[in-house]
Amino acid sequence: MSDTESNIFYAPLLSRYAESMLWLARYIERIENLARLIDVNETFVRLRTAVNGWQCIIDINADAAPYFAHHDGISGAEVIAFYVLDPENPNSIVSMAHAARENARALRPLISTEMWTQLNIFTDTIRRLTPADIAGNRLSMLCARIKQECQTHAGITEGTLFRDQAWLFHQIGKHIERADQITRLIDIKYQALLPTIDAVGSEIDLSQWTAVLRSAAAYHAFRRLCPNDLSPAIVVGFLLQNNGFPRSLSTSLRQAHYAVHLLRSDYNLRGTAPILERVEHLQALLQGLSVNEIIIGGLHEFLDGVQSELADIYNHIAEAFWPQP
Amino acid sequence: MAPASNPERPDLFATYKTDRFFCELMNNGGLDDEAINTVRQRLAMMTPALLNERARAAEVELYNLGITFTVYTERSSIDRILPFDLIPRLIVRQEWEKLERGIRQRVTALNRFLWDIYHDQRILADGLIPRELVLTNPNFRKEMQGFDPPCGTYVHICGTDVVRDETGRFLVLEDNARTPSGVSYVIENRHMMRRCMPDLIADLDVVPVEEYGLRLRQTLLDVAPVGIMDPQIVLLSPGAYNSAYFEHVFLAREIGAPLVEGRDLVVQNDRVFMRTIAGLKPVHTIYRRIDDAFLDPETFLPDSMLGVPGLMRAYLAGNVTLANAIGTGVADDKAIYAYVPRMIRYYLGEEPILDNVETRICAEPDDLAYTLDHIAELVVKPVGESGGYGMIIGPHATPAERDAFRVKLRANPANYISQPVLKLSTTPTLCGDRVEARHVDLRPFTLTGQTSWTLPGALSRVAIKAGSLVVNSSQGGGSKDTWVMGS
Repeated sequence: MSDTESNIFYAPLLSRYAESMLWLARYIERIENLARLIDVNETFVRLRTAVNGWQCIIDINADAAPYFAHHDGISGAEVIAFYVLDPENPNSIVSMAHAARENARALRPLISTEMWTQLNIFTDTIRRLTPADIAGNRLSMLCARIKQECQTHAGITEGTLFRDQAWLFHQIGKHIERADQITRLIDIKYQALLPTIDAVGSEIDLSQWTAVLRSAAAYHAFRRLCPNDLSPAIVVGFLLQNNGFPRSLSTSLRQAHYAVHLLRSDYNLRGTAPILERVEHLQALLQGLSVNEIIIGGLHEFLDGVQSELADIYNHIAEAFWPQP
Repeated sequence: MAPASNPERPDLFATYKTDRFFCELMNNGGLDDEAINTVRQRLAMMTPALLNERARAAEVELYNLGITFTVYTERSSIDRILPFDLIPRLIVRQEWEKLERGIRQRVTALNRFLWDIYHDQRILADGLIPRELVLTNPNFRKEMQGFDPPCGTYVHICGTDVVRDETGRFLVLEDNARTPSGVSYVIENRHMMRRCMPDLIADLDVVPVEEYGLRLRQTLLDVAPVGIMDPQIVLLSPGAYNSAYFEHVFLAREIGAPLVEGRDLVVQNDRVFMRTIAGLKPVHTIYRRIDDAFLDPETFLPDSMLGVPGLMRAYLAGNVTLANAIGTGVADDKAIYAYVPRMIRYYLGEEPILDNVETRICAEPDDLAYTLDHIAELVVKPVGESGGYGMIIGPHATPAERDAFRVKLRANPANYISQPVLKLSTTPTLCGDRVEARHVDLRPFTLTGQTSWTLPGALSRVAIKAGSLVVNSSQGGGSKDTWVMGS
């Protein structure tokens, strides 16, 4: 089938593939974020000033109920095992790698051989992890390897996946997930680090806010751009609004918006208008406020609102492209 | 003519013994073929250590590429590769040409037979095949009576299982006319050989196998419902949990068709559509890798989740073509097999080019008498059973068991056929640190739309255990690349 207007040749894309593509990208993004979070935490949790070190990961994923169903207290070893190895925990790296693998398996007719091979080897490695692999200093090596595999997936996808609708759904999934992850990270840390507004600037901040930045792979870029200041507000502003930072909320929204826009302009797909509208609404919300206004108005409420907007955007996408029969 | 052994250098085949079987590579002093000699000499110079190193690399690569079949358990899934042997199996040109003609003749006869039994049933009226054998066969689909499939083709894709006896003669063991599988391995094995054994295949005139995808696509377009300008083809799979899923992925890519599952399709007004991100899009030809019984819960098994409700209605209305057609299972049934040579004579007026394994139909008095007399040398099988149930292997049975079986046979002769115990040919196969003889079969694939075409290559399946005649992948058999020589 050809589309003479945009001069792109493309085949019809099954709804099921679009859905799998979006979720493959989401799971890989989630795995990468979790690996980075565990790694950074592992490094900074030993600081004298550490607050809610391991609790924060449970909070980010809203996993308190399932966690405490099987654990009495919070210890590093238990939380790490719960998030890396526990097959009963759907948010563990093992479970998410399995989900990514099953999506990739369904997508094999569509994705490049290089993509499948890398995912196959990677998810197979994760499947074989044992408690010995997360003991002591091995955890950091494992997290580094996982991050690298996720980034390799991103690179192989960028370089080999045919740029048709399937590619756009991969993009949409990746950026929606990224947007979601950054808001969770800020929310959890901010609450932990700023029990009161008065604590701004005290000793807690430096190392802990540094950890926040590192969890988002933002530390060096932030340093380069804001060498004089490491105040929470500046950090939060950077993570939410900086258009140059690849994992900021504003960048993710822009990328997601562009991919949905291409579905309409290049492939004449119907049903994109309400999705674009929701994304634009969220972008306007974010641009219309200074970071101080956001914080004064209630950062937690704002981030919660963003998360429910993102969920809403996802529902609109699902309804438009893979409606329930 | 075995290569002269060099005392300085061990010969890979120094200890190789073929016993009383026909060997595919040594040829028992038969054909003196240049290509076979070249391959034999090149192999003789290789050491088991080198071959093992390459075999390990090939296995890792197959595994990583996901050229696997997946075994699912309740909690996990295990990907297994089909064991791959690096020593190829060669078929010289004139042998292949005869084989190809014989297989095409057979496929033509099967298609004619299916047309006949789903229309006028002349072959039954003329008494060549017992009526009840066809009409009460569980694979006979009465829904198909009076239906005219495009091009008159029922068996679009046929996998014909062929073996060689101790004299080197090719015999047809079975016709797979439902949803034959294995062709992806034919093509992937060739890719693998070019990567792992470049020094073995170098400069040889091996006929390429890459054309299959294009030919299959053309076949599926040929048989699309008449009057469709640009037919949409899909490949219908049971899904990622099916053990042949890799093959489904492979073929969908090769023919440029979406790989769909039942849940991706919907029937409206007797037409088939697929669910895409741009809404419902029409589908015209379905290459289905799902058995008849699971295809349409409205017509067949009502609790099947794999099929598409209403698919049969759309099919019989002529709005969609299924490949293979519904009801082909009656043509590749064990009992019907015995009658294929008669079909060839009856429909085509020709003598069969390839013989069946000599099969005696105990329903016929002469054959029954012969079977009773020679039971000690024969395999006697009930026609309705599969999986080796209710059969006797004469040479392995005790006199008492044979006597007991004779009683059963006399009581219901029509239920049995008998065949001699096969002496399958062998091929040198890497077994640990040496090369040993293993039994092998051959499955060429034939496509039929407007015309028939046989892929010049085949799946060669080898038994893994010494002396075993079982080559099925489900039983741990392996495969090897099959080289059809162009000159």
